[in-house]
Amino acid sequence: MKVSVKRGDSFQEYEVPRQASQTVLDVVMYIQRVLDPTLAYRYACRVGMCGSCAMMVNGVPRWTCRTHVDRVIEKDALTVAPLRNLPVIRDLVTDMREFFDKWARAKGQFSGSQTRSDEFERVPPQSEPRQLADAGIECIGCGVCYAACDVVKWNPQYLGPAALNRAWTLVNDVRDRSGLERLRAVSGDAGCLACHSHVSCTERCPKHLSPTAAIAGLKRAVTKAVLQGDL
Amino acid sequence: MTYKTQARLWIAQRASAAVLAFCVVVHLVTIIYAVRNGLTATEILGRTRGSVAWFAFYSLFVLAVTVHAPIGLRPVLSEWLGWRGKSRDAALLVFAAFLAWAGMRAVLGVFA
Repeated sequence: MKVSVKRGDSFQEYEVPRQASQTVLDVVMYIQRVLDPTLAYRYACRVGMCGSCAMMVNGVPRWTCRTHVDRVIEKDALTVAPLRNLPVIRDLVTDMREFFDKWARAKGQFSGSQTRSDEFERVPPQSEPRQLADAGIECIGCGVCYAACDVVKWNPQYLGPAALNRAWTLVNDVRDRSGLERLRAVSGDAGCLACHSHVSCTERCPKHLSPTAAIAGLKRAVTKAVLQGDL
Repeated sequence: MTYKTQARLWIAQRASAAVLAFCVVVHLVTIIYAVRNGLTATEILGRTRGSVAWFAFYSLFVLAVTVHAPIGLRPVLSEWLGWRGKSRDAALLVFAAFLAWAGMRAVLGVFA
């Protein structure tokens, strides 16, 4: 197959042999190990746990380790590029700092009020807040939703689906004590209100989470807080 | 602009959208009903002038448009043209004033 790899401002083409059950990460590894050792890319676990191998494959953000070539190849050709909406360090490696800084800006840190000497807070597994938090808590921060989001492209200040999804899980964490502060952090032009509900993040999330639903939840929470005079 | 104002603008735009959904339906039904057998401008004006209820309804319509459209243009201008900050918001205030003036001018012409 013919593989075009984005390197700097242009694409470089490689001829890679097809294999059974071959993933896109296998293809990139083959290029680096056999054809061109200067190719830079990032991966760790190879089994869809770490989220570090996400790249644009034929224009779509995907985990390369969990994407079989058979599923995405078009006319015996493949295009691989670094994740969209992130600065490129080199070849297929992106700088994720802004992505994670936005998690911090969205108050993505848990802030409880209890100490280790207090009793455990009991959160019923079937309670609504716990269920809502559960729906988004499996995010591993791969950046696929961020690369899929057009609002991030148009508005670089926008916090993005992953950071807002994280904020929503904490809004629903009954142990957390900085709810209003978090709603303030996500309520401006760069926050949840900027989302156009294109649903690209939900469409592309490899964990099948719905940041769109999380952002809609934040919009409702912000509206409620404003109407109650808390924001 | 503070996050508080931004959140209030967003809510105002959603609320005005709900008002517009109602107003547009009433407006469309009214014009289809009114002209189904053909009406001249004189006949229309004969029916509309002096009607307090219709004056109030279309004034609400204009108010909703005046609130809704400029707020909706804020992200359009920033995302498509990269125009942000005070100059954009000042321009949109002028645009809102224009919508209110043009809309009320039409309402006064038809219903006053």
